[in-house]
Amino acid sequence: MSSPAVVKEDRRVAERGSSARPQAATARFWRIKSFCRNRAAMIAAIFLSLVALAVIFAPLISGHSPDDADNLARYAPIGTPGYILGTDQQGRDMLARLLYGGRVSLLVGVVPTLTAGVIGLALGLLAGFLRGIIDQVIMRCLDVVFAFPMVLLAIAIAGAMRAGAGTEIISITIILIPYFARLARTATEGVVPMPFIEAARAAGGSRVTIMLRYVLPNVFSPVIVYATTLIGLMIVVGSGLSFLGLGVQPPAADWGAMVADGRVVLRRAPHVTVLPGLVILAVSLAFNFLGDGIRDALDPRTIRR
Amino acid sequence: MSARTAQQMAHQAGDIALQVTNLATRFGSDRRGATVVDGVDLALRRGRTTALVGESGSGKTATALSIMRLIEPPGRIIAGEILLDGTDLLGLDEEAMTAVRGARIGMIFQDPLTSLNPALSIGRQIAETILAHEDVSDAEARRRAIELLTHVGVADAARRVDDYPHHFSGGMRQRVLIAAAISCQPQIIIADEPTTALDVTVQAKILRLLHDLQQEMHASLLLITHDLGVVASMADEVLVMYAGRIVERADVDTLFHHPRHPYTKALLACMAGIEDDRGEPLEPIEGMAPDLTDPPPGCRFAPRCPQAQDRCRAEEPQLRAIAATQEVACLLVQPEMADG
Repeated sequence: MSSPAVVKEDRRVAERGSSARPQAATARFWRIKSFCRNRAAMIAAIFLSLVALAVIFAPLISGHSPDDADNLARYAPIGTPGYILGTDQQGRDMLARLLYGGRVSLLVGVVPTLTAGVIGLALGLLAGFLRGIIDQVIMRCLDVVFAFPMVLLAIAIAGAMRAGAGTEIISITIILIPYFARLARTATEGVVPMPFIEAARAAGGSRVTIMLRYVLPNVFSPVIVYATTLIGLMIVVGSGLSFLGLGVQPPAADWGAMVADGRVVLRRAPHVTVLPGLVILAVSLAFNFLGDGIRDALDPRTIRR
Repeated sequence: MSARTAQQMAHQAGDIALQVTNLATRFGSDRRGATVVDGVDLALRRGRTTALVGESGSGKTATALSIMRLIEPPGRIIAGEILLDGTDLLGLDEEAMTAVRGARIGMIFQDPLTSLNPALSIGRQIAETILAHEDVSDAEARRRAIELLTHVGVADAARRVDDYPHHFSGGMRQRVLIAAAISCQPQIIIADEPTTALDVTVQAKILRLLHDLQQEMHASLLLITHDLGVVASMADEVLVMYAGRIVERADVDTLFHHPRHPYTKALLACMAGIEDDRGEPLEPIEGMAPDLTDPPPGCRFAPRCPQAQDRCRAEEPQLRAIAATQEVACLLVQPEMADG
């Protein structure tokens, strides 16, 4: 992270070289700069990067396999030599299980949210911008999906396919699309009557230009923030599906499933439940902070110079 | 007819940049709706400023938006002809119309605070207009944006081109909008209440700028305003609009010194001048503008007109010439010349 002194120096350099500074990159430059100055977002980004790296390089960090049950070392507490984070009721290494479980949890949290975010944003933007019959068709179809309770629908979709992480991802993506589409449509409806849209039309902007250059940038922020708040929630929903036997199958487990597994031994070995719970909490929070940072960086009104 | 007399008023037919004939625009359904622009004729001459004045709701903005073909459903243009260099804009398809907007007719809006996209830098917004109409590179469009900003009086344009709208004051934003409107050298500029949202000291500067640009580009400026002070300082010709119709057309001196239509007279009586030393209070116009979903028969100003007679409420007055440079739609006004 850049210290305040460095930032000030950078700013001075930027101002001095203002006329010569690279053209197209300037806006992006200030956005990145603004993001870097947001301490909470920066810490969140670093934390999430470390978690992602740890999960990817899990074998290098933990010597144990997540499924190896050491019957002699059941309920080992945190700090036990060889099992830094202890073991669960079957004597499996908690660190290894958290790392391998994180692969599933992060995928289930991030991939469906991003996929549904992009699809939902596109659908909502089209519906809100084009209105009329297209709007009706898109939104009524999504209403059908929306009418089912979120988890129930995920169970139904997952139940119709083969259990596994892929199924989890697909079903969560489908249930999320209407949420994003509604948000994007509402935001679009708020932007379209703005005078600058009419001004853009009067300047000869085509419908495509206006939709992508004038409406989309103003709809983007709420969607980004919503997406990052959903990631944490989806990690939990994914765990729910696993718990019901529709997601990853035992002995593999994601973080939520680990919390669920540990509940039976909560008194005897609280760390089995508490550790994955804390990890979910930390990762969800970090995504929220990251979302706020991205939102602020995208919003020109918050860019300071 | 008035269209013919309008042409007569121009020195040559080739002088007319935009000719609007019998334009009618309606909002709402056929049965329950309002014809907010009802048979408007106007001609914009090259290098001249035409002011369109009238109170709120008289159809000034609707006329401008109709010319740009920016009337949103359920509003629609139901009749008329808008000739731009011999082409009827009402006959163009949407794609061809998009090529006209911004390139051949530039428009400046009332509220500079909300007429700029908050998510795009101002340079980018000007460049967008250029890129929409001309096949130039991004760098070239940007270079021209800086040039235009300098031209409209934005200091240090090379640095400010990457700033966002919220970095600018209202007056500066209006300059940016003007820069965007003239970026493709349109021959017609429509300014819809360009100074209404600005404070008085800034208003004068913006009007000066508009005037200079119009002279320099030899463009036609259609200035929509309810401010007669603006009209007096800017316009060559004035159109007075009331309840969707043009009630008086005159050159600016004639209008201020010899207004003939009772509505124009009433408007002028509402106007406060600085050197105004009459001891009387300003006179508001009695009554309200008519409900256009159910317009009164005859002259639309009759219900508020102090001189109205029975025939005013029965017969619709047509715009007719009463002097060389003046046309009035009032049954009670007699021509000054032997024959109009």
